[in-house]
Amino acid sequence: MGSLQSSPSHPDYVDLAEKTGFSLEQISILHKRFKQLSHNEDKLRREHLDQITDLQANPIREQIVEAFFDKRNFYQDIEEPVNEINFENFLEVMSNFRPPSDNLSEEQLVKVRKEKLRFLFNMHDTDKDGTITLEEYRHVVEELLSYYEALENETARGIADAAMLEVASITRGHMEPDEFYEGITFEHFLKLLEGFEIESRMSIRFMNMDTTTL
Amino acid sequence: MSLMGLRRHADLWLLGSAMLLCCVSPLKAEVKNSEHESHSNSNITGIPIVTFKWEHVETPYLVALWVLVSFLCKLVIEANHHVTNIIPESALLICAGFILGGIIWGADLQQTFKLTPTVFFFYLLPPIILDSGYHMPNKLFFTNLGAILVYAVIGTCWNAASLGLSLWGCHKGGAMGELDIGLLQYLLFGSLIAAVDPVAVLAVFEQVHVNEVLFILVFGESLLNDGVTVVLFNVFDAFVTLGGAQIDAVEIIKGIISFFVVAFGGSLLGFVFGLLMCFLTRCTKNIQIIEPGFIFVVGYLSYLTAEMLSLSAILSCVFCGVCCQKYINANMNENSVKTVKYAMKVFANGSETMIFVFLGISAIDKTIWVWNTGFILLTLLFIFIYRFIGVFIQTWILNRFRLVPLEFIDQLIMGFGGLRGAVAYGLAVMMDENKIKEKNLMVSTTLIVVFFTVIVQGIIMKPLVKWLKVKKATESELTLIEKVQNRVFDHMLVAIEDISGQIGHNYMRDKWKNFEEKWMMWLLMKPSARKKQDHVFNVFHQLNLKDAVEYVSEGESRGSLEFIRNDSAIIDFKKKLGEDIFDTMPDVTADTSFDHGIVLPDRRDPVPSVSLEMHEQTMNGLREMEDLNSHHLLQEHLYKGRKQHRHKFSRNHLTINTDEDEVQEIFQRTMRRRLESFKSAKMGMGPPKIISKHTKKEQQKAPNGMKRNSGDEDFEFSEADSASGYDPSYSYRSGGGIENPAFMADLDPVVPVQIPPWLAEAELYSGAVSPSQRAQARPPLSAGDLRRLAPLRISTRSTDSFMMADIPAAEQRRDSFDLPPPPPPPPSKDGRHQ
Repeated sequence: MGSLQSSPSHPDYVDLAEKTGFSLEQISILHKRFKQLSHNEDKLRREHLDQITDLQANPIREQIVEAFFDKRNFYQDIEEPVNEINFENFLEVMSNFRPPSDNLSEEQLVKVRKEKLRFLFNMHDTDKDGTITLEEYRHVVEELLSYYEALENETARGIADAAMLEVASITRGHMEPDEFYEGITFEHFLKLLEGFEIESRMSIRFMNMDTTTL
Repeated sequence: MSLMGLRRHADLWLLGSAMLLCCVSPLKAEVKNSEHESHSNSNITGIPIVTFKWEHVETPYLVALWVLVSFLCKLVIEANHHVTNIIPESALLICAGFILGGIIWGADLQQTFKLTPTVFFFYLLPPIILDSGYHMPNKLFFTNLGAILVYAVIGTCWNAASLGLSLWGCHKGGAMGELDIGLLQYLLFGSLIAAVDPVAVLAVFEQVHVNEVLFILVFGESLLNDGVTVVLFNVFDAFVTLGGAQIDAVEIIKGIISFFVVAFGGSLLGFVFGLLMCFLTRCTKNIQIIEPGFIFVVGYLSYLTAEMLSLSAILSCVFCGVCCQKYINANMNENSVKTVKYAMKVFANGSETMIFVFLGISAIDKTIWVWNTGFILLTLLFIFIYRFIGVFIQTWILNRFRLVPLEFIDQLIMGFGGLRGAVAYGLAVMMDENKIKEKNLMVSTTLIVVFFTVIVQGIIMKPLVKWLKVKKATESELTLIEKVQNRVFDHMLVAIEDISGQIGHNYMRDKWKNFEEKWMMWLLMKPSARKKQDHVFNVFHQLNLKDAVEYVSEGESRGSLEFIRNDSAIIDFKKKLGEDIFDTMPDVTADTSFDHGIVLPDRRDPVPSVSLEMHEQTMNGLREMEDLNSHHLLQEHLYKGRKQHRHKFSRNHLTINTDEDEVQEIFQRTMRRRLESFKSAKMGMGPPKIISKHTKKEQQKAPNGMKRNSGDEDFEFSEADSASGYDPSYSYRSGGGIENPAFMADLDPVVPVQIPPWLAEAELYSGAVSPSQRAQARPPLSAGDLRRLAPLRISTRSTDSFMMADIPAAEQRRDSFDLPPPPPPPPSKDGRHQ
């Protein structure tokens, strides 16, 4: 790994294309971008991503960046902690945002959907224990609202709390009085976002044209 | 059956309107005569006490009368749900117009009332357009703007050209006999009838609930292509005036340029007016009462100005509405926003009704009908076919660029949704008879096309949507988590685009958003409004309001608010709400919340609530903080007296809510209640902890344990209440994941002591006049109480009188509760769910 050349005909590209579903052109463009970000190194580190100026203003920057260094998003096991990733890992993360190809069967669609949601879930589940606890969810909401300085943290917490209650009421329905809702599990997460057109919502049109030089 | 119903209604109504007309039309003639007479001998002998001056009021009177009649038509039609389920309302309105037209024709033997282009384009259309712009789902609109523009511009041109050329070809081929129509005139006709009509489309599509993307495509297209079609019409009209011989390449190029100038100029003008409007609402703090007026006037001005500059008035008005909505909604007072919304709907809906009725009426006129089977049938056929072809070709191209391709079924519906409407008719009537010899044929063809598409296609649309299983709009509940996730998506996609170095939609949107936040908001939005801009926050706000309203109305539907009596958190809420409602609710919710509650005094069940109160009292007694407590209670409940506008008449002030803090507090409180009620309903956790600023106050009177009894029975739970309130088994499991204060039991420092309910009761009533009694000893207000007391309260604004009025009820209640049974063991905690 890591010895990829930037020639589009590189055999590894074919390999990657099969794994991630990107076209060869897209891979080559993304590879260029990868090199650009990592200053022509083979490994990408967090500080590289932090340097992207457009990203500075993004309220959930941390979570996004973290997602690139989350081993749950990679296909093969990497020992923790992940501090640098190679191009393949980069592509693997990116592939979560690929629009589903045109002729997928119903099952495949469900699978795509699940994968995307899994990515999202992992992003929120910062301590990697399989549930999004209220603390974690609050963190998300607080970050989201940090965009608007005017809203106090208290409101953010209120919103997170209310959302969590909503979750509890949706997923559990009837709860025994002394039951306790410990957090959103992945199953609940799936259920919650059932009505969500995640396939189209969480997709980006990756261009076949090279824009990095523009 | 349904038809029978309709006929019966129609008969009634026919009779009514016929009588109206009979009254009016002879009067008219009569009065004319008499006026002549009175003019001739104007030397009056004395002062007439009453004079009948029809001439004097004729025009406004007729206008008002027609508005009334149209509205009545709608009223009658909408009263028959089983009919409107099958036949769309627009079609029925047109039919009503036929009948009315028939009556007029029968009475006058000519069509006295017609839809004239002036009335249509200057008075009826602008409100509809402004409304569409103002209520446009902006995000959806701009995300699909590319596709909409393609359909609106290219699609319309395609429709116009293909129809004109095909008709011309058929004419040359001899399919229509002798007609004096040239190629240019065919193109003119094609351009006027090319556009899908927003009024007709909306009327049909609103009833079928197709998915939002499909809806916005059809709707956006219909809105924008009206602008396009008017422009096209003007260009071709100019060409016709010039005559075929004079048209050379230069003129054609000029025509194309003018097309773009008119369209984009109009949009730009609308944009400017939109900004102006935003800016105006930024400064209307002191004249909130006429604030909504600005929206209408400026919107109308944008339309007229564009018309004056011969730019596209429709586009101008649409973009004015689209641009301003966000800012004016944020800038204006909440009541003003509501006013604008409703007034807008009133105007738009009213105009729409009148347009359809008058379309029907205008059709009953012998003078305009010229029949040419070939021309009319071919037009119908071509319109239908070319619409489909156009949609398929354009969608095929668009799908190559769209992230989510449009499905075939969607395309079918889009093609089928090509309803033509009043704009086409208005344009057709506007044609100059001297230049276009066959104007009447074109007008009658237009009418037939309109009727065919609106009535036939409109009727088929619903079954078709069902049959094709078109993806319907999801009934979107405002769930908070979805909103939050949406927001996450927005930022995530931008971030990914940033990282992967793509410049896509999200990137552009983000850039625009940043720009907007930095400059536009600063310029156009009140500083105080800026912070409320967050969507998630808004949903949260809405949810809270909804909860509060539902809460109250559910209470009413059960006869009183005591249905939640077992839950002290809620009971507490109830009591407050009961009192505050007159003070505060009108400010934050529609103040109709009390109008639909029906009083059922005998359903009142005083006992449980008494027990609750007593329970609370126990707490308070234990704390020995009664004074402090009551002080806080009073403070909490006694908002500043609000000006009730019934006190006096003032043109400038309605009940206006200027105290930001108060609203904030009310909001906070609602929010808290929301959490509490959720928790108590679902979590079964201990009593509330408060996540608001009023923690302290609240805690002092914090209601204790959740009562877990089911709503409808009576005595036992009272004891159970006080017991279960301190039940150790309620303790809080601190181990789990959530460390949410709202989920936590209120770990009350006070040592729980059991006091038998009757003791507590005695205590409660012995402390006769402590101020807190107002909140505590008072039996819960049933809707009946509220009703009864409302006037009292309004008249005096004194809480004391409120108290007094309540005392008899309290007394009664006490009697009924004299001998409570001994406390049984606490019932199971989930008794609530029994």
